[in-house]
Amino acid sequence: MSTATEHVGHDAEHAHGEHHHGAPAGIKRWLFTTNHKDIGTLYLWFAFIMFLVGGAMAMVIRAELFQPGLQIVEPNFFNQMTTVHGLIMVFGAVMPAFTGLANWLIPMMIGAPDMALPRMNNWSFWILPFAFLILLSSLFVEGGGPAFGWTFYAPLSTTYSGDSTALFVFSVHIMGISSIMGAINVIVTIFNMRAPGMTWMKMPLFVWTWLITAFLLIAVMPVLAGAVTMVLTDKFFGTHFFDAAGGGDPVMFQHIFWFFGHPEVYIMILPAFGIISQIIPTFARKRLFGYASMVYATASIALLSFIVWAHHMFTTGMPLAAEMFFMFATMLISVPTGVKVFNWVATMWRGSMTFEVPMLFALAFIVLFTIGGLSGLMLAITPVDFQYHDTYFVVAHFHYVLVTGAVFSIMAAVYYWLPKWTGRMFDITLAKWHFWCSLISVNVLFFPMHFVGLAGMPRRIPDYALQFADFNKWISIGGFAFGLSQLIFLALLIKACRHQGEKVSDQVWEGAEGLEWEIPSPAPYHTFDTPPVIK
Amino acid sequence: MTQPKTTNPNNRLVLKLVGIVLGMFGFGFALVPLYDVFCDITGINGKTENTAATYTAVDVDESRWVTIEFLTRTNSGMPWEFEAKTKRVRVNPGALNTVEFYVRNPARRDIVAQAIPSVSPGTAALYINKTECFCFNHQPLGAGEEALMPMRFYIDPQLPEDITFFTLQYTLYDVTEAAQKNAQSTVAKTTSYLTDKNG
Ligand code: HEM
Ligand SMILES: [Cu+2]
Repeated sequence: MSTATEHVGHDAEHAHGEHHHGAPAGIKRWLFTTNHKDIGTLYLWFAFIMFLVGGAMAMVIRAELFQPGLQIVEPNFFNQMTTVHGLIMVFGAVMPAFTGLANWLIPMMIGAPDMALPRMNNWSFWILPFAFLILLSSLFVEGGGPAFGWTFYAPLSTTYSGDSTALFVFSVHIMGISSIMGAINVIVTIFNMRAPGMTWMKMPLFVWTWLITAFLLIAVMPVLAGAVTMVLTDKFFGTHFFDAAGGGDPVMFQHIFWFFGHPEVYIMILPAFGIISQIIPTFARKRLFGYASMVYATASIALLSFIVWAHHMFTTGMPLAAEMFFMFATMLISVPTGVKVFNWVATMWRGSMTFEVPMLFALAFIVLFTIGGLSGLMLAITPVDFQYHDTYFVVAHFHYVLVTGAVFSIMAAVYYWLPKWTGRMFDITLAKWHFWCSLISVNVLFFPMHFVGLAGMPRRIPDYALQFADFNKWISIGGFAFGLSQLIFLALLIKACRHQGEKVSDQVWEGAEGLEWEIPSPAPYHTFDTPPVIK
Repeated sequence: MTQPKTTNPNNRLVLKLVGIVLGMFGFGFALVPLYDVFCDITGINGKTENTAATYTAVDVDESRWVTIEFLTRTNSGMPWEFEAKTKRVRVNPGALNTVEFYVRNPARRDIVAQAIPSVSPGTAALYINKTECFCFNHQPLGAGEEALMPMRFYIDPQLPEDITFFTLQYTLYDVTEAAQKNAQSTVAKTTSYLTDKNG
């Protein structure tokens, strides 16, 4: 797609009057900002802090599992760690990071001056820290925080949970409201704010994938809100939604939860597909292969994601016909997913590739995400899932798709667009260290989980049989190494924010195309006050 | 920031999207009755009918035998002893059968129990017609008391050919508190808090 700007933000910045001031100084700038770039930065830093907090919990989990037996923490605290780790990584790290990228990039990519609803944008960010303060504080109340897993299955979360469940429910409500507001903002921006000439099929894929993600969000986050509300009323107000003795059904909880839960996992991967589709063409110096098929594949994945939820419930005693339906529907999803992987590979085919840091992460994404997809395909086979369900094999599967998938794509995106945001090249040596350390350690961490899972090690248990000891030692070592590697990233980001490093050109990367590469680096506080001309 | 012109289409779109959000919130709750109806029709959650069937002398299919196994368990915190007197029966579809369950309350307090049935495979649940079951009502037992609870049923001859064996499990729940609350609340609600809702 070739696009060009006539008037870029920088000239316009001094042309008109009052609303073209730069950023106001101090804390108020961040509290009251309605600027999409500021809010994007806030989201990204918040996500990174949550990534470190959730990561610290993972270190506790891996320290406990370093040896068989109970060493470091109580089983109840261990369960709180797995629960809150999952919640923080899903709702506090991955989702806000994608929202941050959406805020930074969507207006710049479609030639809009800002998000459509800037006031709401400010709110949707600022309620998020409170949600996580509430969640984290629940760890310190009497009886401890939530210990029922991020999936909060009834009756664990109703009959057998502590009073802090109320805090959990409240914080999930706030997270839900925040991401719904963010999603509405994205949809309205993309529908109403595209520059003249930016037709649907000219939109960059990151914009497309986010649009579809936003629709998934407004469709399923309210269902999650309903599920937590039912847990709340079952626990505290005497309803019997999930209580068998009262005429409810605990299995129904799982249906409602996974009706949200499976689309949710695609919420966490579709924007990643968009990011990879931006990065690969740049460093292969070729147009993206099969742009239209990418759009249709994304849309079909999103639609299919609504009819596969019960693949998480194969062992709940469903009738054979239902098991078969959900097995085949799940396998069907790998077709559009395969189309995407094929298109990325075809884009690189005979391209003049270079291996800058964003490209390294993108390539790692393609390989490792595909491994996660393949283990997903294995889990989709009903009879074998009876063996794999609730073992470390599932843990291996979703960490390949989420860590080396979603998280690697976010890192790729940060490395790709960071020079545009700061105007300076990041420390490439540190970045390469970050990449290689992460790549090696993440595989030491997650790959052996396949083996212990197949051998029957159950997930969410603080102890294990002796035969799993060697593998778990390696897994923990990989875990600590991966955790430490992220400190390199932290150091790099701090350096970048201090504006150290060489100045970059407007285009930054030789093969980069798109509106965001035609505005100055660093991107001025206000861009596209006059809409660009799109060729 | 935007020209006044663009605020209007924004508002309209926002309203529509908020409509979707509210609709989906409602849908989350609508899943509850939908699930019950769906299970009633398909029997997939293995719950049997919660009201007594009347036995109309159906043709007994003497050429066909179905084996039923009875399992019993008590929910955690429920101290009763609970046992099927008949562990397993072979019956002809259409024939009326009676089995008995033994319960004893070893606790030092009176306890009200509710039995919840579960059939596996779930589809078979649609074809068990109970003319009498202790699971239709609350079952109170004083401290130390014991009782034999009958269950009369027949298998619908329409039972799919491939089902020759199934299990019927009862779980006993301690519902003393809920039963007391119910008794105290308005007389209008004399029906147990269960009967209207059990899918
Ligand atoms: C080819 C595509 C995929 C297939 C066929 C697939 C299949 C499955 C199946 C069958 C399970 C249930 C396993 C069990 O509990 O026994 C599962 C679990 C899971 N999957 Fe996937 N999956 C795919 C892609 C993804 C993606 C892209 C993500 C997220 C980015 C994801 C995240 C998860 C998570 C988080 C769980 C575990 C949920 C839990 O129980 O805590 N999957 N997957
Ligand atoms: Cu799923």
